[in-house]
Amino acid sequence: MNREFIKSSVKWGVNKEGYFGDFGGAYIPEMLYPNVEELRKRYLDIIYEPDFQDEFQMLLRDYVGRPSPLFHAERLSAKYGTTIYLKREDLNHTGAHKINNTIGQILLAERLGKKRIIAETGAGQHGVATATVCALKGLECVVYMGEVDIARQAPNVARMKMMGAKVVPATSGSKTLKDATNEAMRDWINNPVDTHYIIGSVVGPHPYPDMVSRFQSIISEETKIQLKERTGSENPDIVIACVGGGSNAMGMFYHFLDDEDVRLIAVEAAGLGVNSGESAATTALGKEGVLHGSRSILMQTEDGQVVEPYSISAGLDYPGIGPQHAHLFKENRGEYVSATDEEAMIAGRLCAELEGIIPAIESAHALAHLEKMVFTGKESVVICLSGRGDKDLDTYMKYFNL
Amino acid sequence: MNRLNILFQNKKDALLSIYFTAGYPNLDSTLDIAEAVEKAGADFIEIGFPYSDPLADGPVIQNSSHIALQNGMNLKVLFQQLKDLRKRVSIPVLLMGYVNPVLQYGVANFCDSCAEVGIDGVIVPDLPMYEYENLYKDNFIKNNLSNIFLVTPQTSEERIRRIDELSNGFIYLLSSSSTTGKNLTVSNEADAYFSRIRDMKLKNPTMIGFGISDVKSFNKAAEYTRGAIVGSAFVKFLDTENAMERAAEGQSFSLQLGIKQKSRGFPVFVVNPHLILSV
Repeated sequence: MNREFIKSSVKWGVNKEGYFGDFGGAYIPEMLYPNVEELRKRYLDIIYEPDFQDEFQMLLRDYVGRPSPLFHAERLSAKYGTTIYLKREDLNHTGAHKINNTIGQILLAERLGKKRIIAETGAGQHGVATATVCALKGLECVVYMGEVDIARQAPNVARMKMMGAKVVPATSGSKTLKDATNEAMRDWINNPVDTHYIIGSVVGPHPYPDMVSRFQSIISEETKIQLKERTGSENPDIVIACVGGGSNAMGMFYHFLDDEDVRLIAVEAAGLGVNSGESAATTALGKEGVLHGSRSILMQTEDGQVVEPYSISAGLDYPGIGPQHAHLFKENRGEYVSATDEEAMIAGRLCAELEGIIPAIESAHALAHLEKMVFTGKESVVICLSGRGDKDLDTYMKYFNL
Repeated sequence: MNRLNILFQNKKDALLSIYFTAGYPNLDSTLDIAEAVEKAGADFIEIGFPYSDPLADGPVIQNSSHIALQNGMNLKVLFQQLKDLRKRVSIPVLLMGYVNPVLQYGVANFCDSCAEVGIDGVIVPDLPMYEYENLYKDNFIKNNLSNIFLVTPQTSEERIRRIDELSNGFIYLLSSSSTTGKNLTVSNEADAYFSRIRDMKLKNPTMIGFGISDVKSFNKAAEYTRGAIVGSAFVKFLDTENAMERAAEGQSFSLQLGIKQKSRGFPVFVVNPHLILSV
């Protein structure tokens, strides 16, 4: 058994009770306990098995197209006066980092003997990535998606259907991502034996946050190797990623967590402005609490009711963040900042004009933070370009009157 | 000993518990309903406090929670309403809801407030055993509150033993692994599950809930356990036309509930002409 595979940080990783500092745990009703407990007991043993690792790495290479390039963005570098690299997760099969996790989880589900896969999705990227791996493995796939999101993300709904997935509208609550997650959990409660739930971000009850961040850690693993080849040093000075639930950011931060001279910057979606009442800036607006099975930071009323977030980016409008992010935030290992809709849209267009790369609006939030930084010229900065902007063309067109 | 412990010790007949959501259908209906439910003959009451994301609940209780929140219900309002609880209701009363509102209220404050208004127990399905035992148990014990744990057909024997150790009231058996509001399916597997639990001879009594909506399911539950809990079927009744107008008339509402008669040792419970729990 290769226990060095995707090694966890002793200081910043999960402890044996399933916590990252004060955050995490498994706040789930008893109906979910047997499934979550089975996963908790077995996930590490399964991912440490050589045949799992071989298949995981083969699929990431031959199916996803990894390693994803680390691109030196020269014109962006010139504009901001420092050295900027883009980690091109947008070039993955299905167009985002989400597939790294769904490949890992489908292999795990197979080894647990599960026959049916469920997932939640907001913008549809995780739903597409899940439908993709289910088609690849011939497993039944049901994706829960808010009724509102189904209406505004028609191409992704069609992609899922083409790959044989059933897309079920979540009609409760606000009919968006948070409610799709509730519906997926209800499905899992009602199908306790043959079903695996592929959660799409570093959220949910333990072991999901740790498991998903391990599968996404390939992003920083490759970045270290690529930087070393390029610059002689495997560490940049600064790493930047956007955060909704936080899976691309955890993947981007993972292998830098213990290198504490590397600044980790997480950019949340401020929507129309942090204090506008239309925002998804969780660390700025949230308090500690429990959502979707873990203790973390979430946007909520004084009475503990979850508040509906807003962002122009459907992948970032989640009212919480993963528990490991809450830990990094509270202990000041990460800098949690935010970018508004406007700042992100402008940054997205700038990236398209300067580099010929149209980023997902999610990823454009990370790019937007460059405007607020002051560089000496000597820094190397890696930005996680978590997804491509094709799915957002409609939004870009409306916003810029293209 | 709280009222719940005394009830289980003294009463030998099958027990009926009724669940409803505080603040539904109207903000101020909580105590009226509790009083009517007692008059109608229920043995104890579970009052749900609403949460925005009730992931263990089916559509009926989701809807009641949603409306209760719109009506302005929250824990502060609820404890205010419950100040008169013990002037109007004498049977045991439990609060049931999700953990996040309790955390925001403060677990210690929550337990103190429960004791002040005369609550006997608490059911928080997403509060894990580990956290209960290590962080919160003392608050419950200090206030003489029973913390009720859930068990499903998939819960291991070892875990059930552990739950039995930590419990002091009753153990809430789910009829199957499901969200609320599904119908209990009487099957060989369900029989085997209920017998298995009965044969474990736990120190705590058991009650069956989730999917209890008619006389058949109530009788089935009472064969194996001390009784059953009716939730969604009653909340659905509250949604029927003029339910609250009839409640305002007091007597006619309790006639609708009709739990006065007794048959084979357990209450006759009529929620509406189509849903008769016993004849």
